[in-house]
Amino acid sequence: MEIIFLLMGISMFMASCGLLAFLWANSNGQFDDLESPAQQVLLDDSQSEL
Amino acid sequence: MSEAIHKGSITYDDHTPAQFLWATILWGIIGMTVGAIAALQLAFWQANGGISWLTFGRIRPIHTDAMIFAFAGNAFFSGLYYSIQRLLKTRMWSDSLSRIHFWAWQTIILLTALTLALGQTQGKEYAEMEWWLDILIAIVWILMTVNVFGTIAIRRVKHLYVAIWFYVASILTLAMLHVVNNLAIPVSASKSYSIFAGVQDALVQWWYGHNAVGFLLTTPFLGLMYYFLPKAVNKPVYSYRLSILHFWSLIFIYIWAGPHHLLYSSLPEWAQSLGMVFSLALLAPSWGGMINGLLTMRGEWHRVRTEPVLKFFVLSLTFYGMATLEGSMLSIKSFNLVSHYTDWTIAHVHAGALGWVGGMIFAMAYYLAPRFWGGELYSKKMANQHFWIATIGILLYVCSMWAAGITQSLMWMSTTEDGLLKYPQFMETVLALKPLYWVRLVGGLMYLAGTMLCFYNLYMTRKRGTVKTETVSLTDGQHVEPRTWHERLEGHALALSAGALVAVIIGGLAEFIPAMMMETQVATLSTTRPYTPLELHGRDLYIREGCYNCHSQAVRFYHKEELRYGPASQASEYVYDFPFQWGSKRTGPDLHRVGGKYPNLWHYRHMEDPRSTSPGSIMPAYPWIFEAQVDLKELAPKLNAMVALGVPYDPSTVKDPVAAYRAQADAVADSLKKDGVEVSADAEIIAMIAYLQKLGTDRPQKKMEAASK
Repeated sequence: MEIIFLLMGISMFMASCGLLAFLWANSNGQFDDLESPAQQVLLDDSQSEL
Repeated sequence: MSEAIHKGSITYDDHTPAQFLWATILWGIIGMTVGAIAALQLAFWQANGGISWLTFGRIRPIHTDAMIFAFAGNAFFSGLYYSIQRLLKTRMWSDSLSRIHFWAWQTIILLTALTLALGQTQGKEYAEMEWWLDILIAIVWILMTVNVFGTIAIRRVKHLYVAIWFYVASILTLAMLHVVNNLAIPVSASKSYSIFAGVQDALVQWWYGHNAVGFLLTTPFLGLMYYFLPKAVNKPVYSYRLSILHFWSLIFIYIWAGPHHLLYSSLPEWAQSLGMVFSLALLAPSWGGMINGLLTMRGEWHRVRTEPVLKFFVLSLTFYGMATLEGSMLSIKSFNLVSHYTDWTIAHVHAGALGWVGGMIFAMAYYLAPRFWGGELYSKKMANQHFWIATIGILLYVCSMWAAGITQSLMWMSTTEDGLLKYPQFMETVLALKPLYWVRLVGGLMYLAGTMLCFYNLYMTRKRGTVKTETVSLTDGQHVEPRTWHERLEGHALALSAGALVAVIIGGLAEFIPAMMMETQVATLSTTRPYTPLELHGRDLYIREGCYNCHSQAVRFYHKEELRYGPASQASEYVYDFPFQWGSKRTGPDLHRVGGKYPNLWHYRHMEDPRSTSPGSIMPAYPWIFEAQVDLKELAPKLNAMVALGVPYDPSTVKDPVAAYRAQADAVADSLKKDGVEVSADAEIIAMIAYLQKLGTDRPQKKMEAASK
């Protein structure tokens, strides 16, 4: 059962990495605009040429 | 970089995606035809025409690999090249790499089909290609990856749309899966041995096998869905947040689920439970994708009536939802006890391949054709007919295979009041399925006919139209200032790639590290004897003929199965199996306890004409292994490879494998001679018999019991 201590350490480490990644993403502005990227795909500005 | 940038406009390369689209449909027709021939052979065994390269064991891998790597693979590349240029507002980074990718990929597919027909196979499902083909695949994959990342580096749009996340995760994960599962020691140009053995090999193989489904048949197609569906309905995706959320959860969870292919086997219990739990959890992100797709169609449902493109999107997403629900359910141990090794698995995989993947491919094809070749699709009516033929075909296929799977499994499990097997003859359970095999063939042929209609429709669209090139002018903000190479690669694109890679690596490591540490323990406890040169060669013949496509070599820990086949198979019995041969489907019975069950003569007669020993059998005859003589020069390199893999051979055997081979082969030939059959000791059949007689004869308890007496 000693393995549980190792697993606890690993899972704490992984969870902290996830938290740090989230904090980075949040402060980096990754969550500022969740609407326009979906719209942007539809704007092609194309003039098709034959 | 094209000079178009400086003129303030970009011309997209639509030649490459169009080429990949043609390849998709053409290989699809070929792969489905091979599938239909294989299906016919199960209903009518004579259909192989007595030709070695047309028998089920050789063409089933051609069918599966063609559908995965040629049909789905080319479709992914077509959609990738088309959408990534538009999403990033740039032409592909290198046109030459795009060309090389296209032609090299088609060459690999062709070589794969040829070598598999010749029986040159690694014997691992969906990773059958031999070592040199694997290296070619890796090289082409790297070239494509460079081109994709180059295109990302020169992009004019800062934000990477979610479709690209799915593409990037797929490309990186497939590279990892391919390299790890194909690690092998080459023996000759046509033969190699997996570096993993037995239980470890099974774990690695199904980590690969399950995630080939995940990262070639699921995530790329979700990426395509996120681009083509919003474009087709001209509405943004229902929830961008959901798409991001289910992206991360899907790729993280998918990678853990492989062990659900190995439930009740000798894989450690913890790994089985882990696989089952993650497979159940996988339902949530899978349905996240389905729901997001279906809700993107809000307000557009009336157009489904007339638009074939939307019909195929709905078909695709519906089957995605149903197949992922079914997959999660089948991973539950008690469900799996019924479904595993039966046609239920075949039903499940075809719901995904024909419904989800096929539906997405045809939606994309009918969307792209008018855009590639100007004007309208040649015939919308024909495309709608294609939809109905395909849908009915899938339903016939899936329902008949459900019925076959459940019927056979319940027959395997039925016992009398006395606790004996109600259907002790495996043959009875095969013959019960024959009518259903015919129904399946009809369903498959209908789907094939639909694909041919699609090809004709595209061909006529191309013939009537003219090749279009799309040029877009850039707005001021989209001009790129020259930057240094590292500035281009820095930033979020790399962070995304690294994050995705970490997410998919965790699951693999968590399962592999404990399992690999177990290897040494199993090996030291093992009472298993290594294969003699004759048996080893017989095993290679077993792999060459693709016996694993119909026969398993793993008796599960389940009393009714032990009643039928004998004691459950244990991990220590497989330590010298490079690669493992557990199989995934019992069209014929399990063979792990077949060693010593019948006399040599029985095997001789059975391979010569299966119906002489097992009336009603649907197994093909193997006349060619009676004629072919074994090239004894092959033995030394094979044994050297085995020694390199750590198999403890007697030094005298390694020094002169031919002598050991001859001695044992003569004994087998003599026993046959006593029974009135004259056969050369060097004939391949002798090696095959020796291998079959060795199977499962090293059970640890048996040896311990014998020792205590």
